Amino acid sequence: MTAPLLEARGVTLQYKTAQHLLTATYRVDLEVHRGERFIILGPSGCGKTTLLKAVGGFLEPVEGRIMLAGRPIRGPGPDRMMVFQDFEQLMPWKTVLGNVTFPLRVKRAWKAREIKERAMAALEKVHLAEFAHVYPHMLSGGMKMRVAIARALVMEPEILLMDEPFAALDALTRRHMQRELLELWRMLGFTMLFVTHSIEEAVTLGSRILLLSAHPGQVRAELNAGHLDGRDAADPAFGALTRHIHDLLFGEGREPANA
Amino acid sequence: MPDPVRAALAQDLPPRPEFERVPQDVGQIGAVEAPLSLRERLFGNIAVRRGLVLIGIALLWEGYARWLNVSLLFPTFSETVRVFVADLLSGVLSERILTSLRVLLIGYAAGVALAAVLTTLAVATRIGNDILSVLTAMFNPLPAIALLPLALIWFGLGTGSIVFVLIHGTLWAIVLNTVTGFRAVPETLRMSGRNFGLKGPRYVAQILMPAASASILAGLKIGWAFAWRTLIAAELVFGVSSRSGGLGWYIFEAREELETARVFAGLFAVILIGLLVESVIFRTIEARTVRRWGMQR
Ligand SMILES: Nc1ncnc2c1ncn2[C@@H]1O[C@H](COP(=O)(O)OP(=O)(O)O)[C@@H](O)[C@H]1O
Ligand SMILES: [Mg+2]
Repeated sequence: MTAPLLEARGVTLQYKTAQHLLTATYRVDLEVHRGERFIILGPSGCGKTTLLKAVGGFLEPVEGRIMLAGRPIRGPGPDRMMVFQDFEQLMPWKTVLGNVTFPLRVKRAWKAREIKERAMAALEKVHLAEFAHVYPHMLSGGMKMRVAIARALVMEPEILLMDEPFAALDALTRRHMQRELLELWRMLGFTMLFVTHSIEEAVTLGSRILLLSAHPGQVRAELNAGHLDGRDAADPAFGALTRHIHDLLFGEGREPANA
Repeated sequence: MPDPVRAALAQDLPPRPEFERVPQDVGQIGAVEAPLSLRERLFGNIAVRRGLVLIGIALLWEGYARWLNVSLLFPTFSETVRVFVADLLSGVLSERILTSLRVLLIGYAAGVALAAVLTTLAVATRIGNDILSVLTAMFNPLPAIALLPLALIWFGLGTGSIVFVLIHGTLWAIVLNTVTGFRAVPETLRMSGRNFGLKGPRYVAQILMPAASASILAGLKIGWAFAWRTLIAAELVFGVSSRSGGLGWYIFEAREELETARVFAGLFAVILIGLLVESVIFRTIEARTVRRWGMQR
């Protein structure tokens, strides 16, 4: 097996607040390989976002290390493009096209024409080409999320980091977006690290699922879901995995020792 | 276990047939929009409605002044307009206005520039932030005109003193709003900016400033309003002794000579310029920026 693209070893993450020290994750290990759809799944508050922020370079582990392609992560960078849950991540003062071209411009590696072509190509992939010149506030939630995804994909990052990107959408739009994301993955073959608290979303989207226990997050299990590719909730194998995860998180299994 | 009351209620509901429909092609429904009537359009227009209110006020003023018939105390609207236009054309009033605006622009520009420097320092360092917070809290409540005596001691009679007071009037309002605006920039927008690799001045200029543009504009607007009022007041206090006075002096002079219509014309000019800047210039900037971007309603 080749070396993992992203590797976390014994990562403990803490927040220092004015009153106390809060441990968000405790000694988490994970390995993400190229082309994987790696899901971090766990109950609300278990430190999923914190872990993703650490991979994004916004937070340093107090213990352990995180490596991307063999190099330790130092600060944020466009090789790890992030997509967040809320709609405020878009720049309201820029059009859809302006938002997508922005990170390309910041990097100063391309000519103006090439930047526009790349951005338009990315917008076509998320079916937003005809909205290129619209301001974000005129878009629906699902469309805003597609802009954020296009903006992340246009940079062709080593890994795409997504923090519950569909959690704020209505159920129908969410299903739709999940299907579109899988299509994009089939088309482009990127690596993604996707955070969610929904078991169903994890099983639908993931090729591999990391389960975190409740606060502070510790690794509970790591499961394969790639064999379910394209099957939906009606499929028995889908249901079996869902129940298995449910039992691991909420039933039968031991609670973490220091709960 | 089924609830017996509920079950009974459900059975009592009248039976209704189910149905499914295919939506019609909207092309066949015909025009959904229809033009509004002229009357609806006129009264739907804010400018028209407010214009009518203004005309109403002018008529009331004219009527009351005529009935009172003491032009020394309360000149009529038409007389005020006549003096206003005459002085504007003869150059007396226009010169005063230009003098005022020149001083105002110097003070305002200096205030804005200083605010930019201070907020940059406040964003860049924590101690800068603390210093600015304390200074703003201290000086913001102090009316600019209250500093005039001190300005006179330091800078003597003249433009220097007024500019000093104007800077004080604009600086803190702009700083306060800008810093508040920076603080309100959403966490994920900040993280996106840094995710793209933006740092330092580029990050401030390309993420924080545009994201806070609604607050910054509000600060500029408040700063302008403070400056304009402060300027007129300052000119009234000591405009008499400066050779080329501004609008404040024009009003003061007219009072000395008991030309009440001219006092009114001066006030008229103050209002007009204030309105012009606040509801034409700033409104236009807002419409082209923050409103267009959906950052302000
Ligand atoms: N900026 C912060 N300062 C202090 N504590 C935080 C901060 N952000 C998150 N936390 C705490 O860290 C824990 C994990 O949070 P988070 O990573 O957001 O969880 P999740 O994304 O899994 O819901 C929670 O207990 C949360 O209250
Ligand atoms: Mg979260």
